[in-house]
Amino acid sequence: MTSAYTPDLNGPPPDSSFVVELTAFSGPLDLLLALIRDEKVDIYDIPIARICEQFVIRIRTLGLNEAADYLEMAARLLRIKAQMLLPRGDEEQWEDPRAELVRRLLEYQQMREVVDVLERRGEERRNQFARAYLPQAPAPPQAPLALSLSELLSAVDRVLRTVREPNMHEVIPRALDIPGAISIIRSVLALRARILWTEIVEHTAEPWQILSTLLGLLELAKVGELRVNQPKPFANVEISRDVASEAA
Amino acid sequence: MTSLAKLLEAALFASGRPIATEELAVLDPDASPAELQSALDELRERYDVDGHGVELLEIAGGWQILTRAEYTEAIERAQLAARPARLSGAALETLAIIAYRQPISRSEIEEIRGVAVGSVLKSLHERGLIDVVGRAEGLGRPLLYGTTPVFLEHFALRHLEELPRADELAIALRVQPRETEAAAVTEASE
Repeated sequence: MTSAYTPDLNGPPPDSSFVVELTAFSGPLDLLLALIRDEKVDIYDIPIARICEQFVIRIRTLGLNEAADYLEMAARLLRIKAQMLLPRGDEEQWEDPRAELVRRLLEYQQMREVVDVLERRGEERRNQFARAYLPQAPAPPQAPLALSLSELLSAVDRVLRTVREPNMHEVIPRALDIPGAISIIRSVLALRARILWTEIVEHTAEPWQILSTLLGLLELAKVGELRVNQPKPFANVEISRDVASEAA
Repeated sequence: MTSLAKLLEAALFASGRPIATEELAVLDPDASPAELQSALDELRERYDVDGHGVELLEIAGGWQILTRAEYTEAIERAQLAARPARLSGAALETLAIIAYRQPISRSEIEEIRGVAVGSVLKSLHERGLIDVVGRAEGLGRPLLYGTTPVFLEHFALRHLEELPRADELAIALRVQPRETEAAAVTEASE
């Protein structure tokens, strides 16, 4: 037996017929118990070096999922192995570094015995049917969606039909000529200080012309070039030059 | 058969789940607990003695009519009913620990099993075998798990006490226990 284990992870295991699938074990403690059983050693006096070596050999084919659990145990074993090598000094006070491991192994072994009981009872119960077997299995996952193109299109159509018709505005360019109207008003006002609405809007004027003139008037009134006055409701509108602005 | 026994038989036949004794008592308010029990015994004996394809069992604090195991193969072959899937080894280990140590937190289970049990706990919970029964006081207030009545049904247990007591479990590994060393180990672990 080589006491020093050389971690040669790339080489084949020394005795490949001896390598057991790790999936057969439910964890590092299970593997450790199996080793102790296989090696026929006393659990209260585990030859830690030998067991540790066997453990490391068997976890060579670690899957990533199990790696952490098994490696943690390997590290624990190596630590115990190192502690065992230390001089004991006072034999009375010496604490066996394997004690905690033994406790966990025994606890685990007890639990395995309960598993055996449960397994047997479960198997017995499995072999008996109740009226309409009830302890439900979880609901099966939903079947993948299967539909034809025409079904998909008609579904889209249905969805689109529920969408409300949008409110559409047709935006048309303003057919008004406000700058033109302004220049006409200005030229008229340049000749006469006071004019009437009816004088600048012809009877034959189109609505756009009337509107243009109105807006031009308001615009000029706003900037203060003229005043707009209506003596009474519906009376003719008088337009006059703004004296104040003229004076300025 | 007494009329009470017939009534119980009909009720048990109608239910797929075990019916608790208290629920059975509702069927006939005039029946005393003793009468109820003797009617159940009568029914059970009837099934056992006369040779029926079903039997009456006490499960999860209740009573249930189940088919006899000898006919399972034939029933399954005829595809009239299917046995549920077996639980995995990991699931059984986790259940065993929870059954004995409940209420127990995930980290305590992992300490005993030596592996992570997150996904196992999730699937056990989904199958209704375990449930969250509280929160621990310590850091992070971890969830505590316990077994459910479905657990008892799954293993046809009358109650949790039907499992072997922890101190009754044999320690199969105790190969040639040497007095002195065993004592030393016990001391060290305490």
